[in-house]
Amino acid sequence: MSLVHYLVLSGIIFSIGATTVLIRRNAIIALLGVELMLNASNLTLVTFARLHGDLTGQVIAFFVMIVAAAEVVVGLAIIVSIYRTRRSASVDDASLLKS
Amino acid sequence: MTHVGLQTSEAATLASLSWLLIAIPLASAAVLLLLGRRADGWGHWLGVLACGATAVLGTGILIEMLGLADGDRVQAVHLFSWIPAGDFSLDAGLLVDPLTVVFIMLVTVVSTLIHVYSVAYMEHDPNRRRFFAYLNLFVAAMLLLVLADSYALLFVGWEGVGLASYLLIGFWQHERANHVAAKKAFVMNRVGDAGLILAMGGMFAALGSVGYETVLNGAEGLSQGVVTFIVLMLLLGACGKSAQVPLQAWLGDAMAGPTPVSALIHAATMVTAGIYVLVRSAALLEQTTTAMLVIAIVGAVTLVFGAIVGSAKDDIKKVLAASTMSQLGYMMLAVGLGPVGFAFAIFHLFTHGFFKAGMFLGAGSVMHAMNDDVDMRRFGALRGAMLVTWLTFMAGWLAILGVPPFAGFFSKDLIIEAAFAADTHAPWILGPIALLGAGLTAFYMSRLFFMTFHGTARWSEDEREANKDPELVHRHPHESTALMTVPMIILAVGSVFLGLVLAVVFRDGFVHFLEPVLGYHGHPETVIPVWSIQVLVLAVVLLGAVIAWFLFGAKKVPATAPEANVLVTAARQDLYQDAVNEGVFMRPGQGLTVAARATDHSVIDGAVHGLARGTAALGQIIRKTQTGYVRSYAALMLGGVVLTLAYVLFTRV
Repeated sequence: MSLVHYLVLSGIIFSIGATTVLIRRNAIIALLGVELMLNASNLTLVTFARLHGDLTGQVIAFFVMIVAAAEVVVGLAIIVSIYRTRRSASVDDASLLKS
Repeated sequence: MTHVGLQTSEAATLASLSWLLIAIPLASAAVLLLLGRRADGWGHWLGVLACGATAVLGTGILIEMLGLADGDRVQAVHLFSWIPAGDFSLDAGLLVDPLTVVFIMLVTVVSTLIHVYSVAYMEHDPNRRRFFAYLNLFVAAMLLLVLADSYALLFVGWEGVGLASYLLIGFWQHERANHVAAKKAFVMNRVGDAGLILAMGGMFAALGSVGYETVLNGAEGLSQGVVTFIVLMLLLGACGKSAQVPLQAWLGDAMAGPTPVSALIHAATMVTAGIYVLVRSAALLEQTTTAMLVIAIVGAVTLVFGAIVGSAKDDIKKVLAASTMSQLGYMMLAVGLGPVGFAFAIFHLFTHGFFKAGMFLGAGSVMHAMNDDVDMRRFGALRGAMLVTWLTFMAGWLAILGVPPFAGFFSKDLIIEAAFAADTHAPWILGPIALLGAGLTAFYMSRLFFMTFHGTARWSEDEREANKDPELVHRHPHESTALMTVPMIILAVGSVFLGLVLAVVFRDGFVHFLEPVLGYHGHPETVIPVWSIQVLVLAVVLLGAVIAWFLFGAKKVPATAPEANVLVTAARQDLYQDAVNEGVFMRPGQGLTVAARATDHSVIDGAVHGLARGTAALGQIIRKTQTGYVRSYAALMLGGVVLTLAYVLFTRV
């Protein structure tokens, strides 16, 4: 199994994630899309680490996981607080920052 | 034959006090202006006193100078360090030499007489005190001009007379015509001043100084191009001040000021400054035949120009103004003739100062009697009513005509003789022009004289009835008071005897007196015998006067100007000088300002405003992208990433 297959899979997963972020309104689902994109990136990083034969990519993948975990915690907290004030988890409703 | 340069010596007692000549009238002007209305009661007498004091001091300086040896007559008076600027330093100093003394005498004596005359002439003017303040300022500036020992200090006086003439011409500034005339004189003079400044720049570039001593002594070492440039620029300045073609148009309009002002400007002060600056620069002039020829041509053209204009005007003061221009043309011509002419120019300037002042004051006296009317067509037969004015005016008339033994005969004939003297073909052109000028002078002055004092009385009751002209108000001409007639009589005496005394009694005393400054060049070698020139001049003068008598003395003069041929119409319009100036300078100038304004408006402002509008429009477009939707931001980011990746990918490959 060639390493290229991993990259192709990563691309597919990234695309699914990106599409999810772009077209779904529910904030939770959008966050899931972000997670998918991050995972696709991680897969790419690990693949390239393998390709180059060093550990840099793997280490960066760990960083990404940690940042993703932190991000999800913050993101979910924001979503929950939005939901509590507006009774809706739709990201389109929360466009109040528009000028 | 070569110029002696400028060797100064220590000033004698009175000459070292010559700064008082400037200080006294200046202080008087300051007092009159600062005290304001409080000085109304006695201000005019202070003005007369200040001017009279300068005349007394000036006479003292003259007498003292006559006691000195020829070699000691050029005296320097150091005043103070004026412009100390690094390597360059300029001291303010005065130069008292025969040429200066001639001008001091002319300016102070004639000015004092005009001051006395003005006391009566301006009696009913509520601003008489201010008028005298300006007169004093004028005298102070003119004396500074002639006493200065450098072109820079001369320029201060030069601008001073410009300022004073502006104030005086526009003295009745509530009249639109008057302040327009004052402005015109001021602006046209500034054009000439640019020439003087450029000349000074040239001197400074070539010699590193603008003091007379350095410039005049260094003149011989200058290259042809430089010296020609300097002299031509001086000529430009002189044209502006002395109303020579092509900067002559202000002179006629300047008649808007009170008549004593006209007398002062025309006879003794401002307009003579141009001749003065050229003669003072004699050492420079001698170095450049090209520029001299230009000066002679300017003089000849102006001489005929002024005479033609004067022959057609009906305004008594404008005829006299045109006459001044023409006579200054004579002086300019004399200057252009070179060393033989310098002294003659000053001689004519001196005598002209007396008879022109006398005639202006006479004209003022006539206007006083005729309710300030200036139209000669409404005068006539004033001889009976104004005997003194008639007699004094006759003295001036005969003097300017050049009838022997009146003053003009000696001074003007010398110039005409000099015009006939040269070893090139020039005398055959300049000589006849000078001769023609003499004939024209005789014609227009006789026309003025006969129209005013002889013929039928066009101001009487009968005449008014006959003409059905309501404008011809009924008037009772009367002789002016002694304050006005006495100065006229004194000037008339000068007009009669001055030439005779200076030229015959003292045997060329005047020309000899100027020797230390101008050198003595003797009488010119004319191409035809001198006696024949004198006969010719007398013949054309007689011819001009006789024609004037038949047209304006013997025949009835219509009270309104009749239709005339093309030449007369043109002359009445000052040979279209205003139209030419307007077409050649004013319209293009205005076009330029309009274009500049339009450029400023559309190009400069347009660019700035366009940039602002463009930025605002771009902002409007970008604003639309800020929807607040997370998805659109995410899409933008994605798009951005994709584009960046694509760029990296394609540039790397």
